Amino acid sequence: MSMDMSQFTEAFLEESFEGLEHMETELLALNAGDEETLHTIFRAAHSIKGGAGTFGFSAISEFTHGMETLLDRMRNGQQETTPEIVNLLLRAVDVLRGQLQAARDGGEADPAEAAEVRALIEATLGDAAPDATPDALAPTVGGNVDGSGPENGPGDSDGTPRGWRIHFRPHADLLRTGNDPLRMFEVLEELGELTVHCDAEGLPATLEGYDPEASYLAWTLELRGDADRADIEEVFEWVEDECDLTIEPLETAGDSTGAHPPADPAPDGSGPESTPPGGEDSAAGAPARAASKPTESSSMRVNAAKIDALIDMVGELVITQSMLTDISEQMEEDPSRVEQQIERLRSGLAELERNTRELQESVMGIRMVPIAQVFNRFPRLVHDLSGQLGKQIDLQMEGELTEIDKTVLEHLGDPLVHLVRNAIDHGIEMPDERSAAGKDPTGRVTLEAYHRGGNVVIEIRDDGRGMNSDRILEKARAAGLLRPDQNPEPHEILQYIFEPGLSTADQVSDLSGRGVGMDVVKKNIRGLGGNIELHSEPGRGSRVTIRLPLTLSIMDGQLLKIHDETFVIPLIAIVESLQTEPENVKQAFGKLPLYRLRDEYIPVVDLAALFGQAEPSPMPDRALLVVAEADNQRVALRVDDLLGQQQVVIKTLETNFRRVPGTAGATILGDGQVALILDVAGIARMTSGRDTRAA
Amino acid sequence: MAKVLVVDDSSSMRQMVSFALKQAGHDVTEGRDGNDGLSKAQGLKADLVITDVNMPGKDGLELTRELRKLPDYKFTPILVLTTEAGPEKKQEGKAAGATGWLVKPFDPEKLMSTVNKVLR
Repeated sequence: MSMDMSQFTEAFLEESFEGLEHMETELLALNAGDEETLHTIFRAAHSIKGGAGTFGFSAISEFTHGMETLLDRMRNGQQETTPEIVNLLLRAVDVLRGQLQAARDGGEADPAEAAEVRALIEATLGDAAPDATPDALAPTVGGNVDGSGPENGPGDSDGTPRGWRIHFRPHADLLRTGNDPLRMFEVLEELGELTVHCDAEGLPATLEGYDPEASYLAWTLELRGDADRADIEEVFEWVEDECDLTIEPLETAGDSTGAHPPADPAPDGSGPESTPPGGEDSAAGAPARAASKPTESSSMRVNAAKIDALIDMVGELVITQSMLTDISEQMEEDPSRVEQQIERLRSGLAELERNTRELQESVMGIRMVPIAQVFNRFPRLVHDLSGQLGKQIDLQMEGELTEIDKTVLEHLGDPLVHLVRNAIDHGIEMPDERSAAGKDPTGRVTLEAYHRGGNVVIEIRDDGRGMNSDRILEKARAAGLLRPDQNPEPHEILQYIFEPGLSTADQVSDLSGRGVGMDVVKKNIRGLGGNIELHSEPGRGSRVTIRLPLTLSIMDGQLLKIHDETFVIPLIAIVESLQTEPENVKQAFGKLPLYRLRDEYIPVVDLAALFGQAEPSPMPDRALLVVAEADNQRVALRVDDLLGQQQVVIKTLETNFRRVPGTAGATILGDGQVALILDVAGIARMTSGRDTRAA
Repeated sequence: MAKVLVVDDSSSMRQMVSFALKQAGHDVTEGRDGNDGLSKAQGLKADLVITDVNMPGKDGLELTRELRKLPDYKFTPILVLTTEAGPEKKQEGKAAGATGWLVKPFDPEKLMSTVNKVLR
């Protein structure tokens, strides 16, 4: 029988990544002498080792072996649990993660780091108990991975005896382990011609004291054929300590074997596939490379309840569909009663709409995964960083079970790492500095996620030194982002930290060094359709708020009419819609008109002109404006009409056309019309002349 | 066709073992760990139990010991999956009442040839 193992490889990898995450979490929480935690960590390593061997990843299996031995010592109290050992094991977790990633993506793990960590583990093992590096692994991996197992060639040419005589006397308890002499004889029968003589002398003479569950019989068996001794030994492998067993050749075909029965199958069965030590690498390495290479998002675990809900909904959909079919049949049969059927048709369609919406929500729900999958990496990060920097940090995580689209989640890791790292690196002060400022010497970093509206909000807070807005203003001016006469509000000043010109400028520490790469963070978040904001109070700490859409592919939109074309604007971007009052319009020559909304002047964008549908036209006395906000900038969009609101499926333009400035893609409306989706932030940039890409 | 109970906390391992057994026409019931395995075993009257050793909660050896106490499983073949080829580990399994063992790593062929030693 041959079986494609790759179908289980993916499951194995996924489970191993989970196991590693678990190991990491437990290692970070490990206290000396915490036996239960050690058991858990040990089991995780053990499972990875076993699975890796079975699914053909011998390097992973070998690497894990040392970890496992070390963990075994620790849980048995033979090895002390020290911070150094924990850090070594954490490094080993990283190596293993790299190896698993390489196995999944087909890349290559860093062999030098693996070798170094392995050597360190072995050195530790050597220190603790020089006698006991187990040798169990080598024969295990080598012997079985290549699939040759015990079925080495029988070496029929040179002197295998024509048969064997087997004396088999089970001990009384043999049956109690589920072993059955009869089944064993049946296996022997497959190896050749078998004759069985039963010796019943051991049976008690009377029934008194007779134990029906004990074994009293003995057998002498003769097996004719060219079976190997090893084949026979394998049949009795499990009972060798529960019986008296002798295996002797019946008669031999040549003198040499008579003196030396082939107890070891290797010398004469040495085909190319049966040399364990050498075959190990090549044979086990090949399936590792040949295994399927799922991409990061190709498989995911789904809660069974979600699937059940889907099935329910499909059931309802089927019912609705048959109801609609029935209506159409009735209409055909009796056209005179169409009037009555219309009402039924309407309610059927309403039902269909409800089903579709629910189904859509459920299908979206399948892609939703708890944000804990990203949050989980932070205890380790904080542990490492606080060790490196000599800072004391208490990491709080809230709302880990908040669900978010899997794709969004996958792209969220790096920006969050960056933000948390910055908070620790530059936000949190050294313990003595904190004490001097009257603060708790232990700094606090909080990660929180929650749902608000159609969004997932993630906050990264620290109670560190906060940011100096004067310095940022100075930097922003120096970078030419602001004219000397511009005096933004303190809150607006902080947002300049996300500007590329500022962030890469320099990394002076009195600017909290936070500029480094913040523009990249913002770009990533914007790429996910989200936005990012910063609040900070000197001496009290900072708060970064990230708002992300629940999903990337569907959004709530407001349909707009602009010069006979329909556009969609994300509902989340709209601040308000209004009819202009003539006295609030300020029109300056050569500049965008401004509209005064309460005490704020907002630039008005002539969308028809912007998209080249019409010549720029002066603003009429009464116009319809949609005030929208993105990136802390507001723009008022002049539109001809507000149509309905609906959910739209976002299709990218870039795939088939190219990026169009001011748009975030397109969608297909119910009537088949294509509508462009407005990118409010892009429009704001285009109109303020800061977007070079728009040119 | 036989009724086989497969107990392993690793789902990939469990899937692989189950798949191979099902391909051979056996009726497979899966247990996620020792406790789950024990509760699945009751009322099932399996013809064969294959269990991992290292599992959270109740490990494979405890499971074996408890199964042997049940009248239905007094003589039922129980195979333990172990990563250790050393005699000590094997002895532990035997002492708990296991029929035999299968050393990891193994491939489906090895699994089936081992299963066929106890299922007739």
